[in-house]
Amino acid sequence: MSVSKPLPHDAAKLHVTGTARYVDDIPTPANALHLAFGLSPISAGRIKSMDLDPVRAAPGVVAVWAADDLPGPCDCSPSNHDEPLLSDGTIHYAGQPLFLVAATSHHAARRATRAAQVEYEEAKPILTIDEALAANSRFEDGPRIWSRGDTAGALKDAPHSVEGSIEIGGQEHFYLEGQAALAMPQEGGDMVVHSSTQHPTEIQHKVAEALGLPMHAVRVETRRMGGGFGGKESQGNALAVACSVVAAATGRPARMRYDRDDDFVITGKRHDFRIAYRAGFDDDGRLAAVEFVHWTRCGWSMDLSLPVADRAMLHADNAYFVPNFRIESHRLRTNMQSATAFRGFGGPQGMAAMERVVDHVAHALGRDPLEVRRVNYYAAAGGSAPMPAAPSRDASGQKKTGDGAEAPEVTRGAMEEDATSRGAQSVTPVHEGHAATGVQTTPYGMPVEDFILHEMTDALAERCDYDARRAAVARRNAANPVLKRGIALTPVKFGISFTLTHLNQAGALVHVYQDGSIVMNHGGTEMGQGLFLKVAQVAADRFGVGIEAVKITATDTAKVPNTSATAASSGSDLNGMAVKAACDEIRGRMAAHLAALHQADAGSVRFEDGQVHVGGQVLSFAEAAKECYLGRVSLSATGFYKTPKLEWDRIKGQGRPFFYFAYGAACSEVVVDTLTGEHRILSTHILHDCGRSLNPAVDRGQIEGGFVQGVGWLTSEELVWDDKGRLRTHAPSTYKIPACSDRPDVFEVDLWDGENREETIYRSKAVGEPPFMLGISVLMALSDAVAACGDAYPALDAPATPERVLAAIEGVRGA
Amino acid sequence: MRTTLTVNGERHDLSHDERLSLLDAIRDQIGLTGTKKGCDHGQCGACTVHVNGRRVNSCLTLAAMHDGDEITTIEGLGTPDAPGAMQASFQACDGFQCGFCTAGQIMSASAVLEEIGRGEPSHVSSSLSSIDGMTDGELAERMSGNLCRCSAYPMIRAAIARAAEAAE
Repeated sequence: MSVSKPLPHDAAKLHVTGTARYVDDIPTPANALHLAFGLSPISAGRIKSMDLDPVRAAPGVVAVWAADDLPGPCDCSPSNHDEPLLSDGTIHYAGQPLFLVAATSHHAARRATRAAQVEYEEAKPILTIDEALAANSRFEDGPRIWSRGDTAGALKDAPHSVEGSIEIGGQEHFYLEGQAALAMPQEGGDMVVHSSTQHPTEIQHKVAEALGLPMHAVRVETRRMGGGFGGKESQGNALAVACSVVAAATGRPARMRYDRDDDFVITGKRHDFRIAYRAGFDDDGRLAAVEFVHWTRCGWSMDLSLPVADRAMLHADNAYFVPNFRIESHRLRTNMQSATAFRGFGGPQGMAAMERVVDHVAHALGRDPLEVRRVNYYAAAGGSAPMPAAPSRDASGQKKTGDGAEAPEVTRGAMEEDATSRGAQSVTPVHEGHAATGVQTTPYGMPVEDFILHEMTDALAERCDYDARRAAVARRNAANPVLKRGIALTPVKFGISFTLTHLNQAGALVHVYQDGSIVMNHGGTEMGQGLFLKVAQVAADRFGVGIEAVKITATDTAKVPNTSATAASSGSDLNGMAVKAACDEIRGRMAAHLAALHQADAGSVRFEDGQVHVGGQVLSFAEAAKECYLGRVSLSATGFYKTPKLEWDRIKGQGRPFFYFAYGAACSEVVVDTLTGEHRILSTHILHDCGRSLNPAVDRGQIEGGFVQGVGWLTSEELVWDDKGRLRTHAPSTYKIPACSDRPDVFEVDLWDGENREETIYRSKAVGEPPFMLGISVLMALSDAVAACGDAYPALDAPATPERVLAAIEGVRGA
Repeated sequence: MRTTLTVNGERHDLSHDERLSLLDAIRDQIGLTGTKKGCDHGQCGACTVHVNGRRVNSCLTLAAMHDGDEITTIEGLGTPDAPGAMQASFQACDGFQCGFCTAGQIMSASAVLEEIGRGEPSHVSSSLSSIDGMTDGELAERMSGNLCRCSAYPMIRAAIARAAEAAE
């Protein structure tokens, strides 16, 4: 068995010796061109005039393109056809590419961009949420609204209520490897593109569209990325399209990578949110009703903002059953970088707001927030709890703003919309009524059948000695006027599947060679999450061979077509199953042939320990492969998988968008210097659910890394745009991601010992995104520490920088 | 202009623009791509190399300033079949995820062990004259100039601690 083992990373030897190749490391012929964009310094307006002759005259420049010189719009959008590669004259944000330079070196191209003579007609940009609302600048005709029960009535009738709002900042991906692409022209006008992308099929689609080629004329290859985190789901399109256009026009290879500052300024980030809430509850903190309004700044183009905002709504309940629930979501168009996918895809923002509500409720009642969390948890798996008497009225009594809010989206033609993008907008019809008796449902009607947070919370609270430490924190705070501690234990329930149902499919291609070596290919991409290793473990296990027998190859659109992005934590779930199907097909053929040859029953043929057992005979896997080859057995197969049970109507907000939920819980203790607002994490204990882990070492890395990245988002990583819409934190000198020294002093991570109740690959669970939201425990611990400074509720916004913490301290002190 | 560098024991005579950074010289002129460009302004540490035995951010120094210097890059520490001690330790401890910062981490880490060996204090050392040896706090402080966005820090720290133990 190679699954469930903590095997080391497949490329370990290469990584530690600097020989693992990334896109910008691929050698190219000496005549390769290097590209750079000329960027807009203003965030809104028009180009009055643009003189590019000085750019053409700059040393090393070979050619320059403005929008009119391109073969077409060269659209880069994953959703809405609203992202021309180069500005058509209108300027939507500071950092928008206006023209494209091809030169003999990277530096020559960059220097040349500075020579352009551009005159602008500046307009007043729409930057803030309030400005966007005032101008009704938004995507979709009005807010998306989902509701259950009678929220307004329940809020009025509840014995207690709280209301407030939280600002949640965005986040720069800061993948250490910046965006990069390389296009190599082929015979007959074909194009080969190497791209640092999570979505090779999307790159293939956009390049084919830009060049007016069928998709079969474009091949995209991705061996690995130096980090992705969602930032390479759609944001690599522009580089790949630019390189391909230049390569096609000049017949020379073309490569492009953004320098770090350009990467910050050009590409989209995590969506920031303002979320207002009202909650009604009883004396125990049991929630009767919650109402949320989400406002998010999507930036200048649609990109993936609709599914991101949807996922924020889908996680507005986090782990809590709330009988009456209403969520209204505004997706605002602003003159900024187009916000995009980032680990969690909106889920973290929705979840953080719900944790804020629970924290606020506990504060109002003077209770331990953990008590309030437990009181509101969904019923345990098995569903012995009765359904609370939620009046299941429909939404007709609810306020509707704008007639278009409920209208189905326009269905676009096949070539116009990339159906493999999360930005596609098809709607799947949903059948009603799935919940078995006694199983509670989410606000969007999905039964919560696998809820394990009661047990997980108990186990974690015991292991980290929560009760005693909470008491100790209170004692210390009473004795110490300057340094205040805080502690919080927060849960995560994260839905696994693409909410665009048809994306939940994957393909694989497996070959067995006559010497018993195996090549495996699938649609997933490797960005450090260990996907290739996990999937290779599956292949090795199916054939009963060691992992070294399986060759892991670069993702390639010519090998496996029509793939979905490696996103939504779905990589192992989807591609693992597809590879398993392909392996089992070959294994079945081999077994049948060998059984006939050795007069045995095909069902009794066993593949294990590098050997094949047939009747009384034992062959090495290599001998078995050779016998099958000589017997003219096909040793190559494709595999396919589609996730079952899914149906989701995003307009109504009803159905089962997720195959299952992944769970986790974290307890963090912090200390705050109340004189400066500075803070440190003293300890973090995590218990996380990976089902039956495919590789505990890899999963642990995802949990630790996800948590730290989540803490960065909520504490130190602050994006600042000035009043002209220019991003001022556009480098790591001003934008602070966690460093080695920022890890908690005590950091203990355990995997929950369980298995997925759904039939996933070896009963494992997805692990890419869920641990990110464990970082919320730190925000809530900070809130707890600030609460020790006075009587008012801290209402701490994120990121909780020392500045914001200090302001919150002054707030609770009534200063 | 012309500069002579000895990189991983091999002499390279370069003809270059005065503004060429040491990093670009290593990657683009000499063709050693193991050293990575993360931020190009000395904040991320991905480009760390050794110059005459001390670690530097190669993006922050010009090739022209290193005429006659001995440069060591990640490729100079070992090969996939014969990794150096720190490389082997990172491999054993899974001290990376995406791998892009790894060369810089390893170059920095191997220099840190030598700095501590020479008794050079850091900001967290309790005294200027004697340091506390290879504590977790010393390692964290000394490695804080090497960012890992995957946050593989626990494994990176484990890898360095393992190499430090082996070296003792």
